[in-house]
Amino acid sequence: MPKKILELQNVSKIYGELRALSDINLTVNAGDWLSIMGPSGSGKTTMINIIGCMDTPSVGKVILDGVDISRENAASLTRIRRDKIGLIFQQFHLISYLTAVENVMVAQYYHSMPDEAEALEALAKVGLAERAGHLPAQLSGGEQQRVCIARALINSPQILLGDEPTGNLDEENEGIVVDIFRRLHEEGVTIIIVTHDPEVGDVAQRKIILEHGKITGDIDQSATFGKI
Amino acid sequence: MFWRMITKTLIRQKGKMLMIAFTVVLGVSLSTAMMNVMLGVGDKVNRELKVYGANITVRHKDAALMSDLYGQGVSDKFLHEDDVLKLKSIFWGFNILDFAPMLEGHAELAGAGDVSLLGTWPEKHAVLPTGEDLHTGLKSLRTWWEIDGEWLNEDENNSVMMGHLLASRNNIHVGDNITLAGKSFHVKAIFNDGGNSDEKILMTLPALQEIMNLPGKVSTIEVSALTTPDNDLARKAAQDPRSLSPEEYETWYCTAYVSAICHQIQEVIRDGVAKPVRQVAESEGTILNKTTLLMILITILSSIGSALAISNLITASVIERSQELGLLKALGAYNWHIALLVLVEVMLTGLAGGVVGYFLGIGFAQIIGQTVFGSYIEIARMVILIVAVILFFVTLFGSIPAIRYLMALKPTEVLHGK
Repeated sequence: MPKKILELQNVSKIYGELRALSDINLTVNAGDWLSIMGPSGSGKTTMINIIGCMDTPSVGKVILDGVDISRENAASLTRIRRDKIGLIFQQFHLISYLTAVENVMVAQYYHSMPDEAEALEALAKVGLAERAGHLPAQLSGGEQQRVCIARALINSPQILLGDEPTGNLDEENEGIVVDIFRRLHEEGVTIIIVTHDPEVGDVAQRKIILEHGKITGDIDQSATFGKI
Repeated sequence: MFWRMITKTLIRQKGKMLMIAFTVVLGVSLSTAMMNVMLGVGDKVNRELKVYGANITVRHKDAALMSDLYGQGVSDKFLHEDDVLKLKSIFWGFNILDFAPMLEGHAELAGAGDVSLLGTWPEKHAVLPTGEDLHTGLKSLRTWWEIDGEWLNEDENNSVMMGHLLASRNNIHVGDNITLAGKSFHVKAIFNDGGNSDEKILMTLPALQEIMNLPGKVSTIEVSALTTPDNDLARKAAQDPRSLSPEEYETWYCTAYVSAICHQIQEVIRDGVAKPVRQVAESEGTILNKTTLLMILITILSSIGSALAISNLITASVIERSQELGLLKALGAYNWHIALLVLVEVMLTGLAGGVVGYFLGIGFAQIIGQTVFGSYIEIARMVILIVAVILFFVTLFGSIPAIRYLMALKPTEVLHGK
């Protein structure tokens, strides 16, 4: 029986008259690779914010690694996010005046202790050992995203959460990033990716379709998984 | 990592940080200059005010009583001339700047009738028992006199100076000879005091003592002393020093209040009663207090101005960096981590600006000292501490809006570009 790493129970997010998420129920097992797809305004970002402990639901429960985090305060959510979630952003969000390795070390610094050797190792895993001393401006988009992945993985999170991680990449770099996800999945990392891109969505084990804040599809792609 | 981030941020944001440092330089330099002037200006303002004459008069206690009861009374009680130099031996002797004994009398001026005479030390040079060279006399106490001719010398017992009203009424000019009490005197100068003295004849103390047959006697001593403005303790002591507790007495005695100096003068002048010339003493205190208040106000206003300017600059800088700071929050930084990061950046910048501003302020203080008082302002070390405390709080208060903004900053809002 696989371990439940994340459970959303009747989760809604309401902004005045607007229901960004409406009665969402979702269970994610440890080691799953999930893609969340949907048109703009479907609630993907709201959902990823809640899963990523950057927001709380108006209604419902979010159970992360067996703990209900839906009513935690900002400081607790920061601690949980720091310990359990690795974030990847569409716009990379690297600190422009720090080198690639230093960007990875920032995440270590706020988690525990910076360790340059470990940070270099993380960069090596994404194929950037040679580019560790470069500033973000000296890296290509794909390389920046790989630094972002190394930073997300450095503290061994339970969930790797990506918000359009290939949205700013060309086809070649998209392939490199997807390959990294594939390898991470093989290592047992739980991956949740929000994406517009059907190709990226299709390579996941399971695809969730969001429309108007509701889950309208939960597609098991096990049959094709690993073959695309 | 923390210091690496701080260093790199300071380098990257050097334009903004230089603006903050420049603001601090302006505020700190002004505060440093004003505080040094404020702390060093007391004696200088007092010295400037000394041109308005003595602020303490000493009389024989019986003569003082007559004066209190009947106004400008006359007494046959005198002080001793040989006590006069003892004024420099009191605890606050260093603050006694100038003094002159006075003997008043009357004599017959040939062709004019009875005239008032004033015997004094026009100038006095002496070596005190401490080895200190003393230069004093009425010349130093009457700096506003307009003189036609020259001041009397110390031992010029056959010459006089004449008040201009008396001289013009009797058609006497500089260089004339007059006969006073049957003795001939050379008129060395005619002076304009603007007061009662314009009807008098001024001569050396020995000359008048001889005319009056009062050897070694003086009526009053005029004293010009540097004093500290009165406070409640000084006012209480002025009423009756015996009402003070031993601690209060010690504090009062060891502070240059005019009442404390008067008290100490009475300890060395036999039968003397020393009283402050209230108008002068109080004016000195008032001017000094107002000058100090002005300096404090300028310091406060410059601090507020700096805090506002720093506040705007820091807030602008933080808003510009909100994406980066939001990212740090997303990566697990608590609010205090971010606040500490920004505060340390600002404090380091403020410190650099503060050091430059301090030395610039010392320069400003010296310019003010030279321009206004014609002398250097002594640098007060305590200003460093005061400026450091002001700088800390100005920077801290200036950072409050930016810190509040940071506290409210949600990573989701900046990372998703909402």
